[in-house]
Amino acid sequence: MTLPDSYTQYRKRREGYDHELYRWSNMHTRPPVEWPGGSVAVWLCVSLEWFPITPGGPFKAPGHMVTPYPDYRHYTARDYGNRVGAWRMLEAFERAGVTASFAANAAVAERYPELIAAVQAGGHEIIAYSTDMNGTIDSTLSEADERALIGDAMGRLERATGARPKGWLSIARQQSWHTLDILKDEGLSYCCDWVNDELPYRFENGLIDLPLNHELSDRQIITVQQKGADSWAESMRDAFEWLVAEAAREGSGRMLPIHLTPYIMGLPYRIGALECLLADLAQRAEAWFARGEDIVSAWESQQ
Amino acid sequence: MQEGAPDPGLYDYQPYQGRPKIEWPGGKSVAVWVAPNLEYYEIDPPIHPKRNPWPHPAPSVVGYSHRDHSNRVSHWRMAEVMSKHGFPGSVSLSVALCQHHPEVVADANARDWEFFSHGIYNTRYSYDMTEAQERAIIEDSIKTVENATGQRIRGWLAPALTHTPRTLDLLAEYGLDYTCDLYHDDQVQEVNVAKGRLASIPYSLEVNDHYGFFVYNMSGREYAETLVRQFERLAEEGERSGTVMCIPLHAYLIGQPHRIGPFEEALEHIAKDGRAWIARAGEIVDAWRDQVGRAQR
Repeated sequence: MTLPDSYTQYRKRREGYDHELYRWSNMHTRPPVEWPGGSVAVWLCVSLEWFPITPGGPFKAPGHMVTPYPDYRHYTARDYGNRVGAWRMLEAFERAGVTASFAANAAVAERYPELIAAVQAGGHEIIAYSTDMNGTIDSTLSEADERALIGDAMGRLERATGARPKGWLSIARQQSWHTLDILKDEGLSYCCDWVNDELPYRFENGLIDLPLNHELSDRQIITVQQKGADSWAESMRDAFEWLVAEAAREGSGRMLPIHLTPYIMGLPYRIGALECLLADLAQRAEAWFARGEDIVSAWESQQ
Repeated sequence: MQEGAPDPGLYDYQPYQGRPKIEWPGGKSVAVWVAPNLEYYEIDPPIHPKRNPWPHPAPSVVGYSHRDHSNRVSHWRMAEVMSKHGFPGSVSLSVALCQHHPEVVADANARDWEFFSHGIYNTRYSYDMTEAQERAIIEDSIKTVENATGQRIRGWLAPALTHTPRTLDLLAEYGLDYTCDLYHDDQVQEVNVAKGRLASIPYSLEVNDHYGFFVYNMSGREYAETLVRQFERLAEEGERSGTVMCIPLHAYLIGQPHRIGPFEEALEHIAKDGRAWIARAGEIVDAWRDQVGRAQR
């Protein structure tokens, strides 16, 4: 068997990207940005997830059911995050005097109004995070179905929270070719899906990307790479110290996204590592704890 | 190679004990080279019957944008710490990067880094290529890198480590000096090719940052400690006959803010030790070739 000659033709080999979604630019030569409260914006982003015990959607979300139906083990272990873990985090944030973004499935907002009320009372932001953990998106979804899914998530979140979210996070950060335009049409100003940068940037259609670094998430470090909470916290400290030095050297603000999952980091034996990290960072003059929308609007006002 | 044979016959067996003494310039015991992979992964490449490039239907947002991080952010971070401690790069280059992001290639060239080919794209696989197709990617690589940097490529790391049975013979035929595709030794070795000669320079999967972070699940600090241990052992054994240590990197991995600090400490350790000949791949192959001579085949 041999390859067809079409395989060795490169139709999109040209200057710039092989797509039209956004333009190339190098972070180190962009005009500097300045944050209002310190050189490193520390963005805490918490995922509030409800996993139906019946998996569905174009692909299975990370963390979804594992064993044959009915998988009580994983269903309940995930829901622990909404009943216990997220509350621990809210207390930890309050104690450290910081605010965060909560990326919420619409189903969480409807099912657990007490949790959403506590998030809002704490001055935190709510980011739209699909309908529930079956609401995954990829290019196998028709455009009409995707519009319906995103519209449904936005409408339900608006009703349950009293406000229309400005930010969107896709499950597993996975999109289709239509997603960016649909998000724009839904009135969103930013998404958190593309991890190619460490500062906000604008897509060609006007939507902004606020990169939520997947490598700095508790899901990646603790459940995928199987490190302990102390190793996770050490990595966050190493990242913070590097970014502080880089910000000083380059004379430009930097950003540290810390993505948290209540059923992972909210466990009794892990939460202490988070509390300790927050206490340390909150004392640092370079740390500006900011919600996603605050970072986006500070960046946007300087463009 | 011998196609279809259980042992492909890529090289002769040479036991680690009792080898001739290789001496590196300045009496150093270990030649250390850093191999940044400067890559371009296509967002929607054609599907190869033997391998699917992405875990999700295009666009595979995390896979694509994670790699794009190199070309927007982390290349400069990685390159700066290398330059600061005196490590040039020997670049494993997706040569289409010369078209897509010439700024990245120009930066590496300005740092006096060496370039070798890593195929046109890391999302195009060589399996099942005809001879004409395979010749075309080698010729394209030579021409593209020459036009962009003025350098003639001397080495090869197959795109996504994909080969045909004739790849190594063709590299020798086109006058390339080394391949980074064989992982059988800690010293430069002769490759059995049909005509001419080809050296295998130790690259490494084991201390590749990709293996460190995604196969062995190391933290940044564990990876840095791994590099130091690898170095210490090879420096000691290199007293008998010069060894080679390669540090293969991907900026989107090593250049993440939580890893680059510990990595810089490892580079500093190696640079300060005094036993390392910090060099480019081609210089290492030349120093070895000067001592072993031309292959007798």
